[in-house]
This record gives sequence, structure tokens and C-alpha cells, in this order.
Amino acid sequence: MDVARNDAPAAPPLTELKHKHLLGIADLSAEEIVLILDTAEAMKEVGRRTIKKVPTLRGRTVINLFFEPSTRTRTSFEIAEKRLSADTLNVAIASSSVVKGETLVDTAMNLEAMSPSMIVLRHASSGACHLLSRICKAAIVNAGDGMHEHPTQALLDAFTIRERKGKLKGLKVAIVGDLLHSRVLRSNVLLLTKLGAEVWVCAPATLIPVGMQQMGVRVTTNVDEAVEGADVIMMLRMQLERMQGGYFPSLREYFTTFGMTEARVKRAKPDAIIMHPGPINRGVEIASEVADGSASVILDQVANGVAVRMAVLYLLAGGTEHETVA
Amino acid sequence: MKRLLRGGRVVDPANGKDGIFDVLIDGDRIAEVGTGLKADGAEIVNVPAGLIVCPGFIDMHVHLREPGQEHKETVATGVASAVAGGFTAVACMPNTKPVNDNAGVTQLILQKAKEAGLARVYPIGAVSRGQKGEELADIAELKEAGCVAVTDDGLPVATAILARRALEYTSMFNMPMIEHCEDQSLKGDGVAHEGPIAASLGLRGIPGVAEAITAGRDILLAEMTGGHVHIAHMSAWPTIEAVRQGKSRGVKVTCEVCPHHFTLTDDLLQSPIAYDTNAKMNPPLREQRDVDAMIAGIKDGTVDVISTDHAPHHYDEKNVEFDRAPFGIVGLETAISITLDKLVHAGVIGLPRMVELMSVNPAKILRVPGGTLSPGAPADITILAPDLAVTIDKAKLVSKSKNTPYHGWSFKGGVAATIVGGKVVYRNPKVEAGL
Repeated sequence: MDVARNDAPAAPPLTELKHKHLLGIADLSAEEIVLILDTAEAMKEVGRRTIKKVPTLRGRTVINLFFEPSTRTRTSFEIAEKRLSADTLNVAIASSSVVKGETLVDTAMNLEAMSPSMIVLRHASSGACHLLSRICKAAIVNAGDGMHEHPTQALLDAFTIRERKGKLKGLKVAIVGDLLHSRVLRSNVLLLTKLGAEVWVCAPATLIPVGMQQMGVRVTTNVDEAVEGADVIMMLRMQLERMQGGYFPSLREYFTTFGMTEARVKRAKPDAIIMHPGPINRGVEIASEVADGSASVILDQVANGVAVRMAVLYLLAGGTEHETVA
Repeated sequence: MKRLLRGGRVVDPANGKDGIFDVLIDGDRIAEVGTGLKADGAEIVNVPAGLIVCPGFIDMHVHLREPGQEHKETVATGVASAVAGGFTAVACMPNTKPVNDNAGVTQLILQKAKEAGLARVYPIGAVSRGQKGEELADIAELKEAGCVAVTDDGLPVATAILARRALEYTSMFNMPMIEHCEDQSLKGDGVAHEGPIAASLGLRGIPGVAEAITAGRDILLAEMTGGHVHIAHMSAWPTIEAVRQGKSRGVKVTCEVCPHHFTLTDDLLQSPIAYDTNAKMNPPLREQRDVDAMIAGIKDGTVDVISTDHAPHHYDEKNVEFDRAPFGIVGLETAISITLDKLVHAGVIGLPRMVELMSVNPAKILRVPGGTLSPGAPADITILAPDLAVTIDKAKLVSKSKNTPYHGWSFKGGVAATIVGGKVVYRNPKVEAGL
């Protein structure tokens, strides 16, 4: 049913990641991605128990270092860490030393001095996780860096697609929205193309990064063409600032030209699923009827986020205590 | 005191010389270049075979940071870096704190340069007061105080009308307006060349066209006004195309390229160190097509000058998130090695052309002495060791700042010695130059 079995490589399956950090999907092989997804299935089972806790990361300290506001991702990581019995703490920008003028490097070195096992970093600057990974002994988990990557989002998206469709290979996935500024887009394109999906991306021409064509995707400004026959429709959040930045004239025009309406969804396969990394803007990139409709898996994505993040943390910690999960 | 440099290969394109000659220095001036010159009581220096004796190299695009940012560089550390890199003179940009938009700042820089000795320093004044792009700076006063050109470098001259006025006004003083070409609206908050690599790294892009648009504007304005515009640090192929077209119409336009723009591409943003802030400069490293265009322009004569855009920044300032790091790299101590290796040994140009690019033409454009070994010229001499194996070690840079992307790179070719006004101001300990 799943990718590992369908597209199994000849070599024996991986049992651990080859990387100390999760900086981006760019560093992962297809086999490593499949390993994370397979591990997440076991983690999802933990979430179905009455006592949703395993001792896997007992005695390990995980710091959630968030320089940008986040509800969904930070909560999801924190739940994942607690279910793995890690000692976790949250450092948010408002309470951090950054307001006193401390640099990211100094903040990281100070946290590092307290010997955490992992640092989960969310930061507005692309490459912030790479910078930390050169300073810290702790494993760095990218929870979103600037416009670069958001690897756990792409992993939970892939997990959700695989759960619904049984595979990723050969599926037509249409990603519609602000491609230029989206880290979710970049991680998803990398992941989906590595696992053999046919990826279409669609946005107003002003929001398509120069060089997008070279990422192994089909690029279009025609949303109907993007959605036509799609197995998966993935919407990206459109931020109001983009309109103010002159990328498009009005939210109304954006919705009429690119918004995902029921009529547009009809062009996709009958069993197509609708995804969105959240938070959604109802009536901007997606009609409420679509977001709340039966094809929507938006809340499944959120639920799966916990399992996928548990898998990532577990594998980065070395994955040595597998028996405690099974 | 007289000194006779005997038996080196002299490359002096201003006098059409390329061969084994003696160079007789009398005090701070060149007395004669010829064969079998009589020592006549002079100190004799036998220049070992293989070394090249050239008119002193002039770097016409340097940030010395003084006054105001002495933690990055000072005039004294900057000129020490210059002579260690083989430059006998540098022209320094006005974006200091305060801006060099008045005689007081110019005089301060010249005073510091005098105290330091070593290389000659030619200040460049601001086009606009405070580099604010609003009204012309007191350019006559700047010229009188010793500025050799004007620019708002770091920023473009803000508007077409100001650029027009500046070109008209500077033409009265026979000085060039140097332009940092960059349409600010297209640059936006960009931090890297707009292309596939910036897209995949999630870095905001600066398109090459942002540079070419301003270059095109200024070339047309130079044509209209008869003023002299010098296009600084070209990085994008359409810019060099605009210069080529302007030159073919007889416009007074000259231009320069920095070593990083003819050797590096934006690939350096992702490898070997992802988001390396020493790969962040303005204009940004671009694509192979752009690098090829720079090399073609150097070869076909479109490019007049190789400058460094030496832009020292403190370690702390570069050890931050990529988008927060300042633009710029140091360049004075790597330029000659890079040029010898990647252009001369690579067969793109010969040594005479290199001397044109780094000595003859900068002197002509800035209307300063030098660029020649003619009798009576200042005894400013750069001696090259074209076959010297050089490995760049940032820790050993003389500059106060170490922000170079070339750390660990090996090149064939380097500096043997630097002579300014007849005085040996730098001897490379790794080369026996007879000095």
C-alpha cells in the first residue's frame, strides 16, 4: 500500500537518517523521506492510545526556539515532544534576549551551553537553521526558515497524501498560491518531485520565482489548467501584505482569478483531495465550501503533523529505542 | 638617491614596452627605462628572472571606512592592505560616516593617508549632499580639497535629473561621475542575484536588469551632456552590453569589473557553505552567462578597469543571518593573484592588457599621475611574481577585516614587491625580488 512497498529500492531499507539535522527536504534522499513517513505511521498509532506517551526521548531536552509567531507548528512540535517524553521548553521572541539586541549566534551559543539535545527553530531569515547548525552540537530541526523551507510541513503533507492515495508516485499535485514567498512550496516541490509526483504550480506571474521552471515542475498562471485532472490540490496562504506590495490588484480579483471554488475543484479527479498548510483565508485563496467540504483534508494535515514530527524527532535522536514505540 | 632595477621584464604599455629593461629611479621619480643603463652611483637591484616590473597598480574602487567605521578598516590599515596586494594607489569611496561630501572629510582622509605613508590615497567625493540624492554636494570644493571623482556609491545617483546635473557639473572640472548602477525599485529588499539559486534558497532576488537600467540611463545622460560617466563594479551581461553600445557611439563612458564578478557565480551561495555571508556582495554574484560576459568584455577591450570594491566588514557583522549581513568582501590582497591566474595564465589576456586594466586606465580615468614608467612619472612600481604559488589565508590578510570568499583558494601568481615614490613599501617574504 505505501511507497516503501510500491517503490522499494533494491538495497535494504534504511533504518536511520544520514543527517544529524533536518535543515530541509533538499538534504534528504527519497529513501530517507520514506523512512520518516513509515516511522510516522507507528507514531500515529501512539496518538490513538489512551496514554499517548512513550519514553523514547526521556531525559532529552528539546528547545522550541520560535522567532516568528506560530500556533499550529509550535503546538504540534510541543505535543510531539511531550508524547516522546522529552523535556521541552519554548523560547518565544517576546521573552527572549533578542529584544535586548542579542544576535542569533549569541542566543544559540547560550542555549547550546545548556546542552540541549535538539533545537527546533522557526526564523524569518532563510538559512537561519544552517547558521545554527554550524554553531550548535544540538540537532537542529527546521520549523520554517524565511522563504526557504518548512520540511516538516512537506513531510506531513506527503504523509496525508499517502494515507489517502496509497502512494505519491505518478499523482498530479497542483500547488496554487503565493509561490514566491512560500517555504511550504519549496519543501513540497522538493519532496514531491523526489518521490515521483507530477507537480504543477500556479500563481499570478508576479508571484512566480524566477527559475521556478528549473525545479522540475510544470508552471502555469492558468488555475484551471493546473487543477485539471489533479489528484491533489494544495492551496497556499495568500498574505495581505502581498497585495499591498503590488503583486496583485485586490483580494477580490485574486479570488476570482486564482481562488479555489467548487466549480474549479470539479476539474480535478472526482476523488481529489484539498490541502492547505493553514491558516486559511476564507474567500481569498479558498472558498469556505471547499475548505469545509468532504474533499478537504486540512484538519487531517494538522493531526498528522504530530505523528510526522514525532518521527522526525525520534529518528534524529538516533532511533535506537524502536521497541518502545512498537 | 638613485636606484637601478636591472634586468627584469618591464611591462609598460603606456610606452609600448614589453621586454627586459633596466629602470632607473631618481628619488621619487622614474628617471629612465632602457637597456644597459649606467649605474652611476645608484643602488643596484638585480631583478630575478621571471619577475615583472610594471607601473604601479591603482585600485579605483576601495572602501577605507574612515571616518566613522574604524572597526572595519582605517586609512592606515587599508593602505597597508593595498601595498600588500600590490597597489601603489587607491581611490576611496565617500560613503563614510560622515559622508565625504565636504572638504573637511576629504582633508581628514588625506591627512590620515599622509601619516600612514605606504599607498597614495585619492578620495572620491559624494555626488549629493549626505549621499541623500537630493541636491549636489559642493563638488568644486571637493575637487579643490583633493577629490578626483564623485559618486554616491553604495547607492545609485537617485534620480535622472540629479545624474544629469552631476554630469553637467563635473564636466566643468574634468572629473568623472562614478555610478553604482542599481534601480532601487527593482532591487527592493533583494539580497542575492535573482535566479534559480536564490529561488531555491528562498533569498529575495536582485535582477541583473536593475543594474543595466541605471547604466543605460546614465550612458544616455552622458551622451546628452558630454559628461564622463564611469560604471562601477559591473556584474550583469546587459550592463556591459549597454556600455559597449555607448562606446560604439562615442559616449564618454568607462567601466570596471571586480575579480569576484569574473570568477564566481551565485552557486557560491549554496556551496560549499550554504548561506555564506562572504558570498553576499552588491552587486551580487550572478550566473555563468554574466561571468562569461565580463570575461569577454575584458578580452575585447570594453572593460577599462579591474577594481576590487574592497568592502571590509567586521566579523561580527558578517556572522549573522544572511539577509541581515552587510554586502561586500575585501579584495585588495587577492585581486592580483586572481587576475594573473584566471585571466593571464588562463590565456584570456596578456600581461600588457592586465597592466592597462589595473594601472594605465585607472590613472587616465581619474586623471591622476601614474600608469606609466615615463621619465618624470612617479616612481610607483608594482613587481609581480607571476608564477608564485599563492594560497589565500584570511587570517593572514593585512586588512583589518577578513571577509573574503577566497579563503583556502590557491592561485598561480602574486606580488613580489610594491614601490611608492621610489620607496619599497612592501616586500613579499616569499619572493626574492633583490630589493
